[in-house]
Amino acid sequence: MTDLTSLTLAEARKGLAAKTFTSLELTDAHLSAIEAARVLNAFVMETPDQARDMAKAVDEKIARGEGGPLAGIPLGIKDLFATKGVRTTACSKILGNFVPTYESTVTSQLWRDGAVMLGKLNNDEFAMGSANETSCFGPVGNPWRREGSNTTLVPGGSSGGSASAVAALLCMGATATDTGGSIRQPAAFTATVGIKPTYGRCSRWGIVAFASSLDQAGPIARSVRDAAMLLRSMAGHDPKDTTSVDIPVPDYEAAIGKSVKGMKIGIPREYRLDGMPAEIEKLWSEGAAWLKAAGAELVEVSLPHTKYALPAYYIVAPAEASSNLARYDGVRYGLREQGKNIIELYENTRAEGFGAEVRRRVMIGTYVLSAGYYDAYYLRAQKVRTLIKKDFEDCFAKGVDAILTPATPSAAFGIGEKGGADPVEMYLNDIFTVTVNMAGLPGIAVPAGKDAQGLPLGLQLIGRPFDEETLFSLGEVIEQAAGRFTPARWW
Amino acid sequence: MSVDAATVRRIAHLARIAVSEDEVPHLQGELNAMLAFVEQLSEVNVEGVEPMTSVTPMQMKKRQDVVDDGEIADDIVANAPATEGHFFLVPKVVE
Repeated sequence: MTDLTSLTLAEARKGLAAKTFTSLELTDAHLSAIEAARVLNAFVMETPDQARDMAKAVDEKIARGEGGPLAGIPLGIKDLFATKGVRTTACSKILGNFVPTYESTVTSQLWRDGAVMLGKLNNDEFAMGSANETSCFGPVGNPWRREGSNTTLVPGGSSGGSASAVAALLCMGATATDTGGSIRQPAAFTATVGIKPTYGRCSRWGIVAFASSLDQAGPIARSVRDAAMLLRSMAGHDPKDTTSVDIPVPDYEAAIGKSVKGMKIGIPREYRLDGMPAEIEKLWSEGAAWLKAAGAELVEVSLPHTKYALPAYYIVAPAEASSNLARYDGVRYGLREQGKNIIELYENTRAEGFGAEVRRRVMIGTYVLSAGYYDAYYLRAQKVRTLIKKDFEDCFAKGVDAILTPATPSAAFGIGEKGGADPVEMYLNDIFTVTVNMAGLPGIAVPAGKDAQGLPLGLQLIGRPFDEETLFSLGEVIEQAAGRFTPARWW
Repeated sequence: MSVDAATVRRIAHLARIAVSEDEVPHLQGELNAMLAFVEQLSEVNVEGVEPMTSVTPMQMKKRQDVVDDGEIADDIVANAPATEGHFFLVPKVVE
C-alpha cells in the first residue's frame, strides 16, 4: 500500500469509498506521522484515542453506506476552536486547562460530515501574530528549509500549526482562522492552500474571539479541491452567530475545473511595493500569464487606499481585542493569580496570563477606545475602513471578477528574525492580506512557485462577496500551472 | 501623538494588567512605535465618510423571545478556578 499520508483528501475519499483502506488505517498512518514529527511542535494536544474511536465509528457508517462528505478523513483543529471535552487554550496561559463543555459550530459540522479529529494545533496566542512565535506552547517549525541550510523557519501565523501540519502530511486538512491574513500567509509560507471565506460565511460561534468584525474561519489544505471540500462542510448559517449569513452554501467542488474564459482579473497597481523582491514580482507576472493562457482577461485596477489598510487594522483589531479579552478575569475560567482585592486579582491574573504581544495589543486597544482618543483613532479608522471597502466595490462594479496579488511580501523567515526591536516589522507580513479582512471579502492563497533559496511562495486571489466559487476555479488554474510542492522530510 | 510613562500606567490600569515600574519604558517604546505607524491615517480625507459598522450589509436576524437555553449551571462553573456550589468565588468586594 502507498503511504496513506501522501494522499490528497480527494484521493483518500476515493480510497475509502472503494474500501481500499479504512478510516482507522488512514487515521493510524497520520497518528504515526504526528508522533514522528513532534519536533515541529505543530500539535499542542494529540487525541489518538478519540481519533481511533471516531474512525472506527465512521468505518461502520461507511460500511452501511451512510458516510458523509468527509467520512473518515482525519483533520487537525486549530486550538482556537472549542472542542467538547478536549482542552482548548487559544495557546494562551490565561486559558490554562480550559475544557469546553460545548463544540464550536464549524467543528461540529465537520464531525457531522464524518471527519475524524487527530488533535489540536498550535497557533499564535489568541491568533495575534504572523509567525506562530507568540504561542505559550512555543514556536512551530516550518517543514520547509532553505536549500542547504539547517535553520528552522517559521510557518507563518497565526495558523502556523495548521499550515505546518498540513504541509508535513500530519493531517489531511486543518481548520484555521484569519483576522488579518492568518490563513493565507501561513499557507503561502508552507506551499499549502488556504482560503478565508467572505465574512459571515462560517459561524464564529465557539471560536475564541480576537477581533469579531474581522475574524473568519476557513480551511488549510493540500490542494484547491481539498480546500473546497472542507469549506463546504465548515460554512453555513448558524442562528447562534447573528453575523453568519443565511444563504445557501454552494457545492464548491463543482467550481473546480470550470472554465475561467472571459473572466476579468484585476491587477492592482498599489500592490507593487517599492523594494519588493524581484522573485515576488516575477511570480505575480507568471500567475497573471497562467490565468491569461486559461482565457481570462487581465486589467490594471487601482485600490487607492491600500496603504492605509494595515494602520487602520492596527486600530480596529486591537480595539476589538481589548474588548473581547476583557472576559479573561481569573473568575469564570482559566488562570487565577491572587490579589489583595478583586482589582488586583484581575491585574495580576492578566499580567501573568497574557504574553507580550497580547498585552501590547490589549493596551493599544484600550488606549484608542479611551475617552478623548476615540474619535481621533477608532472612529477615523472605521471611516478609512469604509474607503478601503469602497475601493473594492468600485473595482468590482467595473466588471472585475477577481483580483490577483502576491500573498506575502517575502518567503518564510527564521525563528526570532523579525519584530524583535519594532513590532511593526512583523505586522508588515500581512500587508497584502489585511485589506481583504477590512473589506470582508473572500481571499485564497495558492502555492505558485519557489524563491531562489527553494522556499515556497504563494499568490492571492480576492473575490466578490460570497463568490468563493470563482476563487476555487481560478485557484485551480494556478495550481495546475504551478504544480504541487512537498517539502523534503528532515524531521 | 505619543504616550508618556504616566499614560502607560493609566492604560495598564484601565486594561486591568499589572505592569511593574521597570516594564514601563519598554512598553512606552512599543506603544509609541504602534502609534507612529498608525499616524499616517491622519493624511486621509475622511470628510463626509460614514464609519463602518457592518462589513456585510445585512439585517440582524432576530429570534423568538423565548428561553431556549439554560439549566446548565454545572457547565458554566465547570472551568472556574474557585467555586462554591454554583457560585464563583472572588475576594471580598463589599465590606
